[in-house]
Amino acid sequence: MLENAFVIPAITFVSFWLILFFGKRLPKGGSEIGVFAVGATLVLSLFAGYQWVDRDKTLAVEHGTEEVHAEDETEHATAPAGGTVPSLDGEPIVLIAEDGHDAEKIREPVRKEWSWFKVGGHDIKVGTHIDGFAVLMLITVAIISFLVHVFSTNYLHDDRRYTHYFAALSLFTTGMYVLVTASSTLGALFGWELMGLCSFMLIGHWWEEQPNSDAALKAFFTTRTGDIGLLVGISILFFAADRTFDIAAINEAALHGDIGRTALVAAAAALLCAVIGKSAQFPLHTWLPDAMAGPTPVSALIHAATMVVAGVYLLGRLYGVFWEGFDIGAGGFNVVALVGAVTLIIAAALAFVQHDIKKVLAYSTVSQLGYMVMALGVGAWTAAIFHLFTHAMFKGLLFLASGSVSHAVHSFDMKKDMGGLRKHMPITHATFMVGSLALAGVFPLAGFWSKDEILLGARLNGYEAFMVVGLVGAFMTAAYMARCVWLTFYGEYRGHGHPHESPLAITGPLVTLAVLSVGVGFLNSPLTDMWLGGLIDNETVLTAGIAHHDFSVPDALVSTAVVLLALGLGYLLFFRDRLPKGVTERSKPALAGYTFLVNKYYLDHLWTGVVVGSIKGPIARGAYWLNQNVIDGVVNAAGIASRRSGEWVYKWIDQGAIDGTVNGLGLGASETGGSLRQVIQTGRVQWYGSILFGAVALLALALVIFV
Amino acid sequence: MLINQFLLLGAVLFCIGVYGVLARRNGVLVLMSIELILNSVNINLIAFGHLWGSESAVNAQVFALFIIAVAAAEVGVGLAIILLIYRNRTSVAFDEVDMMKG
Repeated sequence: MLENAFVIPAITFVSFWLILFFGKRLPKGGSEIGVFAVGATLVLSLFAGYQWVDRDKTLAVEHGTEEVHAEDETEHATAPAGGTVPSLDGEPIVLIAEDGHDAEKIREPVRKEWSWFKVGGHDIKVGTHIDGFAVLMLITVAIISFLVHVFSTNYLHDDRRYTHYFAALSLFTTGMYVLVTASSTLGALFGWELMGLCSFMLIGHWWEEQPNSDAALKAFFTTRTGDIGLLVGISILFFAADRTFDIAAINEAALHGDIGRTALVAAAAALLCAVIGKSAQFPLHTWLPDAMAGPTPVSALIHAATMVVAGVYLLGRLYGVFWEGFDIGAGGFNVVALVGAVTLIIAAALAFVQHDIKKVLAYSTVSQLGYMVMALGVGAWTAAIFHLFTHAMFKGLLFLASGSVSHAVHSFDMKKDMGGLRKHMPITHATFMVGSLALAGVFPLAGFWSKDEILLGARLNGYEAFMVVGLVGAFMTAAYMARCVWLTFYGEYRGHGHPHESPLAITGPLVTLAVLSVGVGFLNSPLTDMWLGGLIDNETVLTAGIAHHDFSVPDALVSTAVVLLALGLGYLLFFRDRLPKGVTERSKPALAGYTFLVNKYYLDHLWTGVVVGSIKGPIARGAYWLNQNVIDGVVNAAGIASRRSGEWVYKWIDQGAIDGTVNGLGLGASETGGSLRQVIQTGRVQWYGSILFGAVALLALALVIFV
Repeated sequence: MLINQFLLLGAVLFCIGVYGVLARRNGVLVLMSIELILNSVNINLIAFGHLWGSESAVNAQVFALFIIAVAAAEVGVGLAIILLIYRNRTSVAFDEVDMMKG
């Protein structure tokens, strides 16, 4: 399977065409083809994973540094153990003996390439490059995609474009498979763009409503903006790395100093733009929350687990370029880590003020992507990839669970239509809880292990400041998830009708993902000797000399303490006080450091809660003595006042200051263009053609004369 | 081998094509003119291919075949557009289609 990995994307690609042509005639509208095809790729991916684990270590790689490397378990069994220390739960943790070798043996990647075309004496190849990283990504995508397919058969049961939906899902899965198996940057670009297209189609699945259509366009254009960087980066690397698109060759050239410093920095910066666009990093993160206009399973698959991590994948895959280009090994500070850290904090803060459960999860995703990018920025490669893997599981779970909730209450609004759902939807509640705790990073769920490795890596690689940012991020994550869980599942039910638990096609994927969210963390924990990390090690990482760190109990204790503090705080704020108004009084004296977050939270409710409340309260009390009619009048007046103040903010701050700047720029451009427009912009194609040909003729003339 | 005559033919065809694209009002004729331009390019390609020897001649011919295939697809799309314009306006005169005006 490692040799013939091209079969995996081929299956889903064929499935796409089959669904498109025959789907409508089938009894289940083509969904059976999609589910079967993705199920087949899941089996094949798992088989590929088995083969990879089974593969002999034949490739010797020189270490870049003398750091301690975690060894594979078979080697470790024979090595003298370093000793044992008690861990959190009393289980012994095996310390890994220091590795004295200069070179480490790893599994050699499996490559298969074909000539695509030859031009100018260059043989342009496409093919597959399968290593542990690619296999891990294949399995991740296959698991999530399969479960999302199963989930969708019920969730979109009576949808009017049911068949096209499954066709697009198949094509999307193909794109992701192509990206992760590609041996060249061209192949990766192909998969990357295929996903962009499918993301556009699926966000705008219900395009009859204007906001959905707008969101789809926004997502497409925003990611395309970043993609310019990808094209530029690939082009620079093609010429800089002696005319090759081969990713392994590019990494090697970058690490061995065969690429000039300037070209490397330019390429790394350009590729970082692509990462910022695709992985929704600050400042291009705005498309991701809007993309929640698509069906919920799509959000789970594309905007949580797979497509948005394509940027992170690219970072991890072309790591040699970033490592050298941004000098990540030096420690202290670099742009990648900065982008990730800023995104992490900004998005987590925004997650506090959302009413829409999917928006909370969307900002949470942005924030976690920031975590991954920051991890890559601080040189914690293995931890970042591991976090990508675990995040796919629990964020996929959270999104699907939110889909299950909305299936029952027909809304995404946590404040208006949810609350108290734990009695009505026990399975959804339990799985959502598991997902939230895993996301928050509570021991021993998946998020704990991966988050902890990132924080540890940041500290030991000399990026202490970013470790603090990571801890703050973890704190915020735990707190906003507490709020989200409280609003959705606890308190009194605020919606209409009687919600009921979803059917098996929806709860099945939830339970599966919940089990995975608990379990996958152990794959790269001290209990398994960092088994996964050893599997995904590749030549780039080892040549760069990226350090693998052993699990550290004090660091884990610190991060756990932070998370528990946040959860406790969330419990106090949201669970103990029935009314949100009480929160300010209780939290202000108790928690000075929390003020910023609370203020952030209250900004959203400033108009509806504090301002209207304080105006309405005293005045209405005074008016009560006069007349009952006056109350109405005053209440109305207060309402009008609050509306006016809201309008004032909208008019002057939002429309005036922000839009004014944008409009001003546009107006300036349009006025200068106005005079030209009369002559040039006639709207007639042939006139445009004449200008085009005229310009080319002039250019040709200039060439003939001057060259 | 002298290829001047072929290049001349290509140039003449190209100019006729450009004239047609820019000056004809009828949409169908504009499409036909585009075909002329593409064919003039094909003639040039094959002529230059012969100039550089037999191997590149084959390459050039393959390239020309690709262009013919792409041109066929392009005509398909173009005719569909013209058909839609005709349905909406009962005319295929290109100077009346000016909705792109900014």
